[in-house]
Amino acid sequence: MRVMLIDQDRGRAAIVEQSLQDAGHEVVARLASVERLSQEVEAHQPDVVIIDIESPDRDALENMSVVSRDNPRPIVLFSEEDSEESIAKAIKAGVSAYIYDGMRVDRVRPIVDVAVARFREFQALRNELDETRTQLEDRKVVEKAKGLLMKHRGFDETQAYHAMRKMAMNRNQQLVETARNVIAVFDLVGDDGI
Amino acid sequence: MDPTNTKTIYQPEKRRLTLGFIPLTDCAPLIVAHEKSLFEKWGLDVELKREVSWANIRDRVIIGELDGAQMLAPMPLACTAGLGSVTKAMLAPFVLNLNGNAITLSTALHRELAELAGGNDVGDVGRALQRLIAREQVEGRPKRTFATVFPYSMHTLQLRLWLKHHGIEPDHDVRIVVIPPPQMVANLHHGHIDGFCVGEPWNTLAVQRGEGRIAITGYEIWNNSPEKVLGVTHAWAKAHPQTLKALMAALYEACAWLDDPEHRLEAAQMIAEAHVIDAPEAAIAPSLTGRIQMGRDEPIVELPDFNVFHRYSANYPWWSQALWMLEQLPLDSDLADGEGLLPRLAAQVFDDRPYRELMQDLGEPLPIERSKREGIHATNWQETPGGLTLGADRFLNGQAFDPPG
Repeated sequence: MRVMLIDQDRGRAAIVEQSLQDAGHEVVARLASVERLSQEVEAHQPDVVIIDIESPDRDALENMSVVSRDNPRPIVLFSEEDSEESIAKAIKAGVSAYIYDGMRVDRVRPIVDVAVARFREFQALRNELDETRTQLEDRKVVEKAKGLLMKHRGFDETQAYHAMRKMAMNRNQQLVETARNVIAVFDLVGDDGI
Repeated sequence: MDPTNTKTIYQPEKRRLTLGFIPLTDCAPLIVAHEKSLFEKWGLDVELKREVSWANIRDRVIIGELDGAQMLAPMPLACTAGLGSVTKAMLAPFVLNLNGNAITLSTALHRELAELAGGNDVGDVGRALQRLIAREQVEGRPKRTFATVFPYSMHTLQLRLWLKHHGIEPDHDVRIVVIPPPQMVANLHHGHIDGFCVGEPWNTLAVQRGEGRIAITGYEIWNNSPEKVLGVTHAWAKAHPQTLKALMAALYEACAWLDDPEHRLEAAQMIAEAHVIDAPEAAIAPSLTGRIQMGRDEPIVELPDFNVFHRYSANYPWWSQALWMLEQLPLDSDLADGEGLLPRLAAQVFDDRPYRELMQDLGEPLPIERSKREGIHATNWQETPGGLTLGADRFLNGQAFDPPG
């Protein structure tokens, strides 16, 4: 895991960096403040950004993960005043994991581990959702193309499906690509065509 | 606390509250309620906590570290709809203010556009920006960069609406970044951005320092749009119904006090003296007093509705406006397409029941309807003959928004 650390408190950042390294993570950058956050992220390509909760750059970071899913998610925040209770609540709510000031090295690792685990969980969930969505979309496209062939060519469902399979094989395409072409063609020529 | 001055119609379940805010001119209702002891009057002991980011505000309200906070109007909607890092049912029972934003361009860019446009006319400058961007695309120049304050904010919606209105595709033709309000002027100065949409005092500060020129006010993009709201979690509101109404009552009185033009200068002093914003009173006063300079060395323009805190039933949470905002947000299609889902979500977050009960308790007037058409009134209008006066509601693009049923 490539980690970027943003913390004004250099001493604290050093502790966190050490404990991240002990846990087998790579700290690709340690910054006190961020003049141009998106450029820094682009340059270092971190998976995760650990950021001080008192950093105004949190909003910018959050926006980056909104506009592009390739950008890292901010996951761990430091807070000087947060109680252990609020840390626990935050983790449970999925906000982020909190590390509070005056921490001991041995306390950092479990919190980072929880945060990283949450990050992976979230990624997996999102990938799964994307996949399901794509499959659903593809099926809709194929169904629509099949419907058009049945309507305009007088095919029954099986014939329409086989016709498309054959086209796809001939053109070395995926079925969904062929289906898209079929729909595009019918769109072009209108309902009376072919 | 003076007990004789304490309103006893509510028995707050919780008296000591912590509320979060972001240092901006329109945090005024919270500052005024605090400085004028209005929270105390309603039996509350409120600590105001200045936060550095909107994400902090949201997260701290969600985990219960803050009882409530000043929030960007689209924020509780985004949170409830699962946009951003956390999903949590939120409530925006009270609108803190209308308007207050502007889009400011760097002085250099605005000068170039004014030359292209042959003047400072708002529409001509916008069209000139489209021509300039089209030309720069052909020349292979890097995209222009504009900043907003948070992904789910009226600022983002206003910036996108303005760009689109002039034929500029926000997701393609320009780069939109998020920068915290206090850092906007410095980023403009260093040339990291070409312009921004932000609340006051940051537009005025850019103008006064000669760094920027206001291209268009938020008011001109959508007249009297909801800007900041009181945001609490649904669960908190359910557990503290009396506290919520006492809190809303104090804020209602603060907003009423603030909207008297006689009080605006005092309010500017109060905010400056509270040392919550790193800007001088000279930068805070113009928008509050409605006397704005679009550019340095330019004449003062009278814009009395630049900040609206109370008039036009400003504090009422219109679910139709919530619906409009929801429809602008980048929601998942399965949510956006769900039958009647968005209207239900809008009504849940902008729940007007606490407000209606409060107005009845206070003997104050209430809108008859729960929703209204937007984009059809160019001037003030009355809900019914002799009834409540509501403000203009036009959109820059001239479109109307008709809420269902």
